[in-house]
Amino acid sequence: MSALGKVVRAGVGRKRVQTLVMVLTTMASVTACVLAVGLLVAARGPYQRSFADQHGAHLNVLYDPAAASPAQLAAAAHAPGVTASAGPYAAVTVQPRAGEDSSIPPPGSPLPAMTLVGRAQDGPLDGLRITMGRWVAGPGEVVFPDGRSPLAVGESLRFPDLPGQPTLKVVGLASSVSWSADGWVAPEQLAGLTAPGTTPAAQYLYRFAHAGTDAELEADHAALAAAVPAGALTRATSYRPAQQEADRTASTFVPFVTAFGVLGLAMSVLIIGVVVSGAVTAATRRIGILKSLGFTPAQVARAYVGQALIPAGIGTALGVLGGNLLAVPVLGIARKALRGGLLGIPLWVDLAVPAAALAAVAGTALVPALRAGRLRTVEALAVGRTAPGGKQAAARRAPGRAPGRAGAAGLLAGVRNAIGRLPVPRSLSLGLASPLNRPGRSATTGAAVVLGTAGVTLCVGLTLSLGLLQDGLEAGRAGEVVVQAPIEGTTKPPERVDEAAVARAIAARPGTRAWYSSVPTPVAVAGNTGRSEVVAFSGDASWSGYQLVSGRWFRGAGEVVVGAAYLRANQAKVGDTVTLTDHGRTTPATITGEVLTTGDFVYVDRATLAPLGGTVAAEAISFRIDLEPGTDAKAYVDALDGAVRPLGLGAEPGERHINIVVLAMNTLAGTLTLLLSVVAGLGVLNTVLLDTRERVHDLGVLKALGMSPRQTVGMVLTSVCGSGLVAGLIGVPIGIAVHHEVMPAMARAAGVGVPDGDLGVFEPAVVGPLILGGLVLALLGAVLPATWAARTRTVTALRTE
Amino acid sequence: MNAPIIRIRGVSKTYDRSAAARPALAGLDLEVRAGEALAVLGRSGSGKSTLLNLIAGLDRPSEGVVEVDGVAVHELGEAALAEYRRRRIGMVFQFFNLLDDLDVEDNVLLPAQLAGMRREPARARAGELLERLGVARHAKAFPGRLSGGERQRVAVARALMNRPPVLLADEPTGALDTASAADVRDLLRGLNEEGQTVVLVTHDTALAEACARRTIELLDGRLVRDTAAAAAPGGAR
Repeated sequence: MSALGKVVRAGVGRKRVQTLVMVLTTMASVTACVLAVGLLVAARGPYQRSFADQHGAHLNVLYDPAAASPAQLAAAAHAPGVTASAGPYAAVTVQPRAGEDSSIPPPGSPLPAMTLVGRAQDGPLDGLRITMGRWVAGPGEVVFPDGRSPLAVGESLRFPDLPGQPTLKVVGLASSVSWSADGWVAPEQLAGLTAPGTTPAAQYLYRFAHAGTDAELEADHAALAAAVPAGALTRATSYRPAQQEADRTASTFVPFVTAFGVLGLAMSVLIIGVVVSGAVTAATRRIGILKSLGFTPAQVARAYVGQALIPAGIGTALGVLGGNLLAVPVLGIARKALRGGLLGIPLWVDLAVPAAALAAVAGTALVPALRAGRLRTVEALAVGRTAPGGKQAAARRAPGRAPGRAGAAGLLAGVRNAIGRLPVPRSLSLGLASPLNRPGRSATTGAAVVLGTAGVTLCVGLTLSLGLLQDGLEAGRAGEVVVQAPIEGTTKPPERVDEAAVARAIAARPGTRAWYSSVPTPVAVAGNTGRSEVVAFSGDASWSGYQLVSGRWFRGAGEVVVGAAYLRANQAKVGDTVTLTDHGRTTPATITGEVLTTGDFVYVDRATLAPLGGTVAAEAISFRIDLEPGTDAKAYVDALDGAVRPLGLGAEPGERHINIVVLAMNTLAGTLTLLLSVVAGLGVLNTVLLDTRERVHDLGVLKALGMSPRQTVGMVLTSVCGSGLVAGLIGVPIGIAVHHEVMPAMARAAGVGVPDGDLGVFEPAVVGPLILGGLVLALLGAVLPATWAARTRTVTALRTE
Repeated sequence: MNAPIIRIRGVSKTYDRSAAARPALAGLDLEVRAGEALAVLGRSGSGKSTLLNLIAGLDRPSEGVVEVDGVAVHELGEAALAEYRRRRIGMVFQFFNLLDDLDVEDNVLLPAQLAGMRREPARARAGELLERLGVARHAKAFPGRLSGGERQRVAVARALMNRPPVLLADEPTGALDTASAADVRDLLRGLNEEGQTVVLVTHDTALAEACARRTIELLDGRLVRDTAAAAAPGGAR
């Protein structure tokens, strides 16, 4: 081994703690960066990737086999523009009911009409990926599309109107990039699901050379229709709704993943810089020895860059491994929320991130190494023998020193004196003044803690805001108890509900705190360019959790609140007047507010509909009830059910849904924040370790003068208190500012606005602990070096040069 | 005659645990009386500094008993050792060991502040010491601006801050020029004449003769000469 190699190897092996810190720091930084960049890639165009991977179909077409021969249908694959096709698959459109084991839709309730297709999991187009459970093994089983399944895996649905009243059990969920069907069964199942006197349709899936726009898809549709006998093509659906939904969800991820990615990258560069340059600077005396033995400045620079690159290389490799391992669960959740995307980190990320990290290490090592290499040998040798203050003293003594530096030194001395006069134990004031010994390094580490605190603040803000947003979006499902039409078996829903009697029964039940009813109506909005659903409310809905983005909730007749989708589709704004219409009658209403909802809803008071005749769909009415604290919900439901049964309704416990997108965002934010905190903590650990080691001789003097282990720990811990507290004071506002940018951007991507209440989550009770969070982060990083300092033997410390 | 303030019984110190290791101190017995000035002479590696470190509670003996001012130093834990050093020991080092980023007054104040003394009495005591040692005009200066002799005077002031019963000095003139060394020598002698117990480790026989009424010499960790024993009837050497 060459002399240079031996020097590098010895340098790495001798400074084990420093080497370990460098390995850990680069590992955590690279893990965070790999994950953040991987997530960014995952959130950009996940649908396109899944479409390519699963050979998505542009058009899903149903043909009437009675109107065209199999040969004619097969020949449509040669229609102009068609590049690939799959089929035929037998398909039936059915109207099932939820089975007795159903949990969310009430047992026996009608499920939406659905098209079930008999096919294998794989195929030339629209390959289906199982995301839960398994593929159908034979008749009696069904697989539903993930995210659009009316039932959970294990539950069943039945067909009471078909001969033999067949039942299907949900055995799995699958992702389809083309939304080619509402469910898939074994081909031999189709006969049993076909109503007497009808024939299953023939489904074909197609890909086209040009299908990027709605116009191109229309042209493709026309080409297929022209290729078969007239009337044979009965229905065609495209991949566009699936694409739009996936892209909308994905675009909500981009702002916050970008924010975390930028924070992570900036912090990693800072910390790597601090760690590496600190390691090289700490070795200045050794560099002097090497130079005295004949090493050239270039050899010195090479030795120290190599010495930094070895642990950084190990840390980078471990970081790539860690990033990829963490990506499995994290990207899994993201994939679930995005209904597609990456299963793992792309290879280019695994190569680019470590290359950038190693370049940053080499760059940050090179600058101090070159500087040390250029130092006169005698100066380099002297560095280790004088305390940091010695250099300052030398600077004070040096004639003709730069006035600026002298001023800075005087300022530092003044600050140090002021800290020394603080009414705290001397060991603590010594610690508080400690960052002044290496102001540059302390500032850089402080900046890293600032970024870590900003990350934690952003994460906390996102979690709180997303929770509130979810509550607002789920307001329609509010209430611990729901009273609605019971649909059991073939029982017909009531045609008329005595709402006043139901209201009396609810109000009379002990434990009722508040209630309201809502019901979809057939009322339309005149001139509406969208497909708004008008929902009418009775009772007190103020507790339901509906949130207003702007304006206010309606206060009675003649007022409505609408969602962003309505305002967008109709170019309307709060304050405008709309005309509600039903059976030829009309009534005006003023938009008093924009309600938080992703749907195109118009919410009105029932009194508003009085001029229109007040027709509602009784079977769809639901009463949502809030209970007094401490009320036994089950006993309440049982008792109320008995009271409303004679009125044609049933009582059941309310349901809360977990939003997978919110869950995914919270998981991602939490994981990235944890990583950022670890990186910041390691940065602090490294800085305190370097400071403590550089001043170990002073530490020995203090111990010789009677500084106790507890005082030593206190001194080292307080050395980070100031920067931790300042980092909190700066980092928290930065985190809040980023949150206030990111949340609206996410909401815009989702097509909604953010109510002020959901954005203003940073109350004093939240901000206080967050500011202290910077301090806690810094203290956690300083605990190990403080313990080490307290345990250092006085004699050993005094002997250290 | 004063009672012994330092009692050392059968003290050995071995740094290397291997069987072939040579002890830095080997079965040393020593007593120092209150108000005595003892100079410890010996060549490099003879065990002088090890002895001083054991008395100061900076290190622990491998075997034996170290008692100072009634305290069994060898039995103390780290926190108690710190307390012991604050209250009972004043230490002067060859290279001063002043903290360069604190001014002279703050350096002198340190032991009192670590011991929890209130600021005003501590400042009064520091001022008195700096005045007495002739460096009061440098109270607000940083140590780097002082001469070696001045720095050692500051170090002595710091060592005396908590009125320790024992003052230990490790080669206190080793880093000084001749004039400064004489200055420090006079200072230590003066302190001893005022009743301060002084234990002095040095190569400098002139310093030992000037400051100490008793001299011991160590060789390979063993006591080979003790002027007190020699002076006693029937004493060796």
